Amino acid sequence: METSDEDLAQAAAGGDRAAFALLLERHYNRILGLAFRLCGRRADAEDLTQDICAALPAKLANWRGQARFTTWLYRVVVNATHDARRRAATRAKAANGWGDWEKSRRAAQTEAAEAQDWLQAAMAQLGDDLRDTLALTLGEDLTQAEAAEVLGVSEGTIAWRISDAKKKLRAMAAEEGAA
Amino acid sequence: MSDEFDRLKDAMKAATPAPDAARREANIAAALKNFDAHQENTAAPRPTSDRPEGAGLMTGVFKMFSKLSTNAALIGSTSVAALLFGIYIANPFQPGATLPESPPRVGVTASELAAQNGNGEAAQPTTPATDDRVATANAPATAPLAPATGRDQPVIDTTSEANGRARETYAITADASPREEDAGASNVYSTAPEPAEMAETAAGQNFAPRVAAPLASGMVMPLAPTTADIVIHQMENTEEFANDDPNPVHVTTENPVSTFAADVDTASWAIARSSLMNGYLPGPDTVRIEEMVNYFPYDYAAPAAGEGPFRPSITVMQTPWNPNTQLVRIALQGEMPAIEGRPPLNLVFLIDTSGSMQGADRLGLLKQSLRLMLGELRPEDQVAIVAYAGSAGQVLEPTPAAERATILAALDRLEAGGSTAGQAGLQQAYTIASQMMAEGEVARVLLATDGDFNVGISDPEALKDYIATQRETGVYLSVLGFGRGNLDDATMQALAQNGNGQAAYIDTLIEAQKVLVDQLTGALFPIANDVKIQVEWNPAMVAEYRLIGYETRALAREDFNNDRVDAGELGAGHAMTALYEITAPGSPALLNDALRYATAAPESESGELGFLRLRYKAPGEDSSQLLETPILQPETSAPDADAQFAAAIAGFGQILRDPKYLGDWGIEDAIALAVGARGQDAFGYRAEAISLMRLAGALLPR
Repeated sequence: METSDEDLAQAAAGGDRAAFALLLERHYNRILGLAFRLCGRRADAEDLTQDICAALPAKLANWRGQARFTTWLYRVVVNATHDARRRAATRAKAANGWGDWEKSRRAAQTEAAEAQDWLQAAMAQLGDDLRDTLALTLGEDLTQAEAAEVLGVSEGTIAWRISDAKKKLRAMAAEEGAA
Repeated sequence: MSDEFDRLKDAMKAATPAPDAARREANIAAALKNFDAHQENTAAPRPTSDRPEGAGLMTGVFKMFSKLSTNAALIGSTSVAALLFGIYIANPFQPGATLPESPPRVGVTASELAAQNGNGEAAQPTTPATDDRVATANAPATAPLAPATGRDQPVIDTTSEANGRARETYAITADASPREEDAGASNVYSTAPEPAEMAETAAGQNFAPRVAAPLASGMVMPLAPTTADIVIHQMENTEEFANDDPNPVHVTTENPVSTFAADVDTASWAIARSSLMNGYLPGPDTVRIEEMVNYFPYDYAAPAAGEGPFRPSITVMQTPWNPNTQLVRIALQGEMPAIEGRPPLNLVFLIDTSGSMQGADRLGLLKQSLRLMLGELRPEDQVAIVAYAGSAGQVLEPTPAAERATILAALDRLEAGGSTAGQAGLQQAYTIASQMMAEGEVARVLLATDGDFNVGISDPEALKDYIATQRETGVYLSVLGFGRGNLDDATMQALAQNGNGQAAYIDTLIEAQKVLVDQLTGALFPIANDVKIQVEWNPAMVAEYRLIGYETRALAREDFNNDRVDAGELGAGHAMTALYEITAPGSPALLNDALRYATAAPESESGELGFLRLRYKAPGEDSSQLLETPILQPETSAPDADAQFAAAIAGFGQILRDPKYLGDWGIEDAIALAVGARGQDAFGYRAEAISLMRLAGALLPR
């Protein structure tokens, strides 16, 4: 029988290297997948995953066994994404448009934006909160309760966000149909 | 209804990239490495033997004893300690029961001693336990998981009851952070189940709250190693610097023309100074060599009356760091208009009062600097102050400089706090400046900031256009930078360049004196706009050339004659120095071999090294004027002290940035050259530069 994630995490927190390696093997793709759905760009997701992996040993030291390991891991990824978004927003606000050195960087960004398909456009239009919610419920197949636990909000909020997202998606689909 | 959801879900799953195998492997390996490092950090034995894992309160007390010398004091403080411990045990339920953080007094009187001894005996039932605990604490840790053994059962009973209470107390603090994995060591308190550990934790917490976290984590470590030991939170350094790669060597036959815009900024030197004074070398990206060279005043010939706003002068000298090349110095000296007849100034101080401006080297220095500057203004000049933090607001309406007290009082009222609404502030400052400006007067916005614009820029393009439009109306913008750590040099440079102004960095009051008092006229009165410099090198005389610095000011060759292209401004009395390193054909210092199939460079009889073209616009005009002069090979080469000093600073800048063209020439040579070229140095700037170069020499890797 396979050792549970929670037992592995407990062992890893206690210093078991093999347990940690196994845990990372099992969940690496999950981290990358969620990171991608949250930030929407492969390069960003890869960078984020690298950061998360590097920070995981220290974070795991605080493993309490109070939640399912995957819930805890999702929370780590979501928080790391939020930090990255905040940093990016601050950087963009601070430096944007102030001079020529900025132009080339922005040109590159525009190109990347054009390359994004319907999914990216839809997700980008939904806003960060809805995006986080959908990435967890649709992308990771979490229940509303689990998603609520990961995001640290109430279940009601998740339900509300999902219905809001539905409304927006329907509006987008209608627009597409009209176009 | 759920069609969209299904579609999104499918798209989401389909779009999720397969992990890159190599990246995955590397990431996992890095994580494992960190894991090992983490184990080493947390599992390593404590460096001092007197803090075994079961120790907490009592080792601290013991340490105190070891500091006391006389017997009487020892006896006295023992009883004080016993007394304190007695109180602690006796009242475990007293909320916030604390122990004093300071060691007991040494000089106690006999009567106090007696009284304390008496009290100590009154607390007798618990003191034996104390002694027992002391013994435990003093012994090396033998059982990490069970630091307190059953020997002193009564104490454990008492403290484990206390523990229940402590748990309640700490559960609140620990849960203050909703993010579990970030809660760090504080979570230890809410979850660690061992009563003895909890007692220790509680004791540690009561004894010295500041050190409680690492103390506690050390003690409960085997169960739950925490990050408290290894994670050191550093203030994030968000400095941004504008720079490009150093200019390369060009082959004259391929690329004979070099074009760049004038630059009289000095920020880079002040930033380098602030780094060196703090004991570290400035990063290569912070070094803009032209700004370092231009920081120093040189004794260039001023233009004669009616000659034009500035006079170019050209010197050719031996390159200090390469015996086979020459340095061509192109200097522009701006005219110094009659100060008596200057038009009234309209100044708007736009002051960043966001939270990041807190501190003596920021808002404090800024206030002092503006106070200094106020002394230089004429009674008819006008001053307004706009502060911006979370929102922008006019702090002082336009006030004649004669009303010094009013202006000083407004300055003193400024306080730092909040985020930075840079755009609203700039717009308000420009509005006020244009209202203040009467016909024929000069208006300037002086932006004082650490460059951290973090809120309120809704549309950066619009703001940039806005600044450029305001430039057309004659309102100029100068930027004064303050503080390190989040200095956004890149934004400040861009603002000043778009606003026809200068950017300076103020690190000391002395620098404020230089920028705002000694060079006030130059900083505030423009004499030539959009000054562009173009040099065409003669391939018969110059095989290779390299412009030292001016990377951020490079212009395309065709933009030289295009009056719509913005360039640098010269203020009254400003001087600008540009240095080219040139290599003659056939010189052993040539870096590029001659091409076999290229046409040979034409023979030239003229003896000209090259041809210098300058373009500038008089303030307020739209079309530029052209100045032309040949660069001649000098008959004798006896360079003046100014040229040598400029070369020494250019060499120093290259050492800091990228010394690849310098060969064996090092910081000692730069210092020797600068020392020999100190000249008059009335203000002591060059002497200061030499001190800084020596400081840098000590910091440079050998």
